[in-house]
Amino acid sequence: MTTGLAKGDFPGAGALRETGRLFALALDVLVNIFRKPFQVREFIQQCWFIASVTILPTALVAIPFGAIIALQLGTLIVQLGAQSFTGAASVLAIIQQAAPLVTALLVAGAGGSAICADIGSRTIREEIDAMEVLGVSPVQRLIVPRVLASMLVAVLLNGLVSVVGVMGGYFFNVVLQGGTPGAYLASFSALAQLPDLWISELKALIFGFIAGVVAAYRGLNPKGGPKGVGDAVNQAVVITFLLLFFVNFVLTAVYLQVVPAKGS
Amino acid sequence: MGAEVVIEGLTKSFGRQTIWRDVSLTLPPGEVSAMLGPSGTGKSVFLKSMIGLLKPDRGRCVVNGVDIVTCSEAKLYEVRKLFGVLFQDGALFGSMNLYDNVAFPLREHTKKSESEIKRIVLEKLDLTGLAGAETKLPGEISGGMRKRAGLARALVLDPQIILCDEPDSGLDPVRTAYLSQLLIDLNAQIDATILIVTHNINLARTVPDNLGMLFRKELVMFGPREVLLTSDAPVVEQFLNGRRLGPIGMSEEKDATQMALEQAHIEAGHSDGTVGEDLRGVVPQIAPTPGLPEREAVRRRKDRVMQILRTLPPVAQQGILDSLTDEDRRRYGITSGQAPLSARPALPRRGERPSPAPRPGYGGDMSATQEIAAVPDAPGRRA
Ligand SMILES: Nc1ncnc2c1ncn2[C@@H]1O[C@H](COP(=O)(O)OP(=O)(O)OP(=O)(O)O)[C@@H](O)[C@H]1O
Ligand SMILES: [Mg+2]
Repeated sequence: MTTGLAKGDFPGAGALRETGRLFALALDVLVNIFRKPFQVREFIQQCWFIASVTILPTALVAIPFGAIIALQLGTLIVQLGAQSFTGAASVLAIIQQAAPLVTALLVAGAGGSAICADIGSRTIREEIDAMEVLGVSPVQRLIVPRVLASMLVAVLLNGLVSVVGVMGGYFFNVVLQGGTPGAYLASFSALAQLPDLWISELKALIFGFIAGVVAAYRGLNPKGGPKGVGDAVNQAVVITFLLLFFVNFVLTAVYLQVVPAKGS
Repeated sequence: MGAEVVIEGLTKSFGRQTIWRDVSLTLPPGEVSAMLGPSGTGKSVFLKSMIGLLKPDRGRCVVNGVDIVTCSEAKLYEVRKLFGVLFQDGALFGSMNLYDNVAFPLREHTKKSESEIKRIVLEKLDLTGLAGAETKLPGEISGGMRKRAGLARALVLDPQIILCDEPDSGLDPVRTAYLSQLLIDLNAQIDATILIVTHNINLARTVPDNLGMLFRKELVMFGPREVLLTSDAPVVEQFLNGRRLGPIGMSEEKDATQMALEQAHIEAGHSDGTVGEDLRGVVPQIAPTPGLPEREAVRRRKDRVMQILRTLPPVAQQGILDSLTDEDRRRYGITSGQAPLSARPALPRRGERPSPAPRPGYGGDMSATQEIAAVPDAPGRRA
C-alpha cells in the first residue's frame, strides 16, 4: 500500500510504483495461468463476450483500412514506376502493421474497456475482497480467463483483419485503380513471406495480453467509488494505446533486424 | 473450539491519514466480542486488516500461530479458510443467484456432491430466513436480504472465526433480534470465535461476552462486557445512550466551543436527543435457544473474568458478581455479594499461561482493562 511519506516520495515515484504493480500483476497472471483448476467456463464465456463486442467493428474498420493503404501505396508506387509490386506492398503493410494495430485498438477499446468496467464494479462492490476472503484467488479465477480470452480473440481478429484488409486492397487496386489481378498476386509471393504472418500473429497475441492485464489492473484499483470505475476505464484504454504503440515499435524494429526481407 | 486471534500494536493509515494506532486486543477463543465506535472510526478497516485485505503499517495479528500481517500469500489463503466474513454490504457475487452465491465456497473448497451441497445451502438459507429466494439475483433483493445472504455464505464452511460488519444495519428490529439469537445459537453449536462490528446498542448490550470501542484513532477499551456497560468514560456513556452531548460530534471530534454551545442549549431546555433513560448497566445476556447445547464460552469466560476480577473497576466487579448464580459463587468461593479477597478462583490452574505485561492504554481510567481479554487460557472444564 501507499505508505510512502518520508521514504520514496520523489517526483515520479507514484508512476514508478504503479508501473511496478502493473508488472507484478502481469507476472501473477503468468504464474496463475498454469495453476489448476483452469476456469474453462469463464474462459469460454469471456471469449464469446469479447468476440461479440469486437468482431463487427473490426470488420468495418478493416475494409476502409485496406482501401486506404491500397490507395495511398498505389499512387506512390505508380509514381516510382513499380506498379507490379503494389500487391505485395499493401499486403506487407496490412499484415505486419495495420492488422495487429487495428486489432489492438479494438481489443483495447471494446474488449479492454468492458473487462475494466466489469472488474472495477466488482471491486467497489467488494466482490473481489469477498472472493479473497473465501480463499479463492481473483487473479486465477477472474483475471486469467479474461487475459487469455483477450489474447485468443486478438489472434483471431488479427486473422480477420488480414483477410478483410487484403481483400479490400485487392478490390481497390484491381477494380478501381485498374491494376491486373495477375500482377497483384504474383508480387505477393515475390516479397511477402511466412514469418510476416507469424510476427503479425505474435504481435496480436502480445497486444491482447497487454490489453487484458492493463484493463484488469485498472479495474482492480479504482480510486474511490463508481466515478473511480469510469475514470479507470478511461485510463485503461489510454494506457493500453500508449503501451501498444510503443511495444509495436520495438517488435517491428527487432523483427526487421532479425528476419531478413525477402528478395534482398 | 474457535481459534484465538491476538492483535498487537496494529496501526493503519491511508497516506497521511492515520485511521487508528496501536490497537492491541485478544479475541478469546470461542467467545463473542463486539466492537463499537462512531461512524468513520475505521471499524470496517479494522476487520479488513484482520483478514489481510488491507496491509497495516505496523503490528501483528496472529491467528493459529500465523501472523497475517507478514505471512506469505499462500499461507494467507490457507488461514483465511478459517474465517467466515460478512461484509458491510453483503458483497455477494452480482452475476450469481443466491443459491450459487452460498454454494460457492463449498464448490471451491470441498469435494461434496451436488446433492449434499444443496442440503447445506438450503439449510443455511433457511437459517437466515431466505428460503424461497434461492433463484433471485443480488440485484433483485432488498439490502437486508443481501446482508442475510452474505451471512449464510459466511457460515457454509463452518468457520472457526466469524467476523460480521454491522450485521444489523439495514435490518428491522425484529430481524435484528432473530439475528442476535442466530449468532448466539451458532456460537453454542460450533463454538466459533465471533467478532461483531455494530452500532446497535441493544445488540451490544445483550449479545457479546466482550465489548470494545474505537474512538479518536484509538481502541478506547476492550474487555468483558460488564466493564464497558458500566463505564463512566464520557465517550462510552454518550455512545451507549445515543445523545448529542459529549465528546463525539457529527464530524468525529468536537471542539470546546461546540461543546459549550450544546451544553448551553441543554441547560435552556433543548433535548439532548435521548428520552432520559440511562441505557448503561449490565443486562442479562441472550442464552441459546432451549434445546441447544450450552455455550461453553460462558464457563470459560467466567473463569477468565473471575481471575482478573480485582483489576476491574469496582462497578464492573459488582456487575459481574451480581450476575453469578449460587453455583458459581460456591465454585469461586464467594460467600456474600462482595468481591472475594483473592480474585483467584478456587480451582486447580492447569495449563495456564502467564498474562502479558500491561501496556499503556487509553489516557483514561481504563488502562488496566485493555488487558482483560488477553489472558489466554483460563482453567476451564477442558481437563
Ligand atoms: N480504501 C481507502 N482509502 C482511503 N481511505 C479509506 C479507505 N477505506 C476507508 N478509508 C477511510 O478510513 C476511515 C474509516 O472508514 P471505515 O469504513 O472503516 O469506517 P467505519 O468505522 O466502518 O464506519 P461505518 O460505521 O460508517 O461503517 C474513513 O475516514 C475512510 O475515509
Ligand atoms: Mg463500516
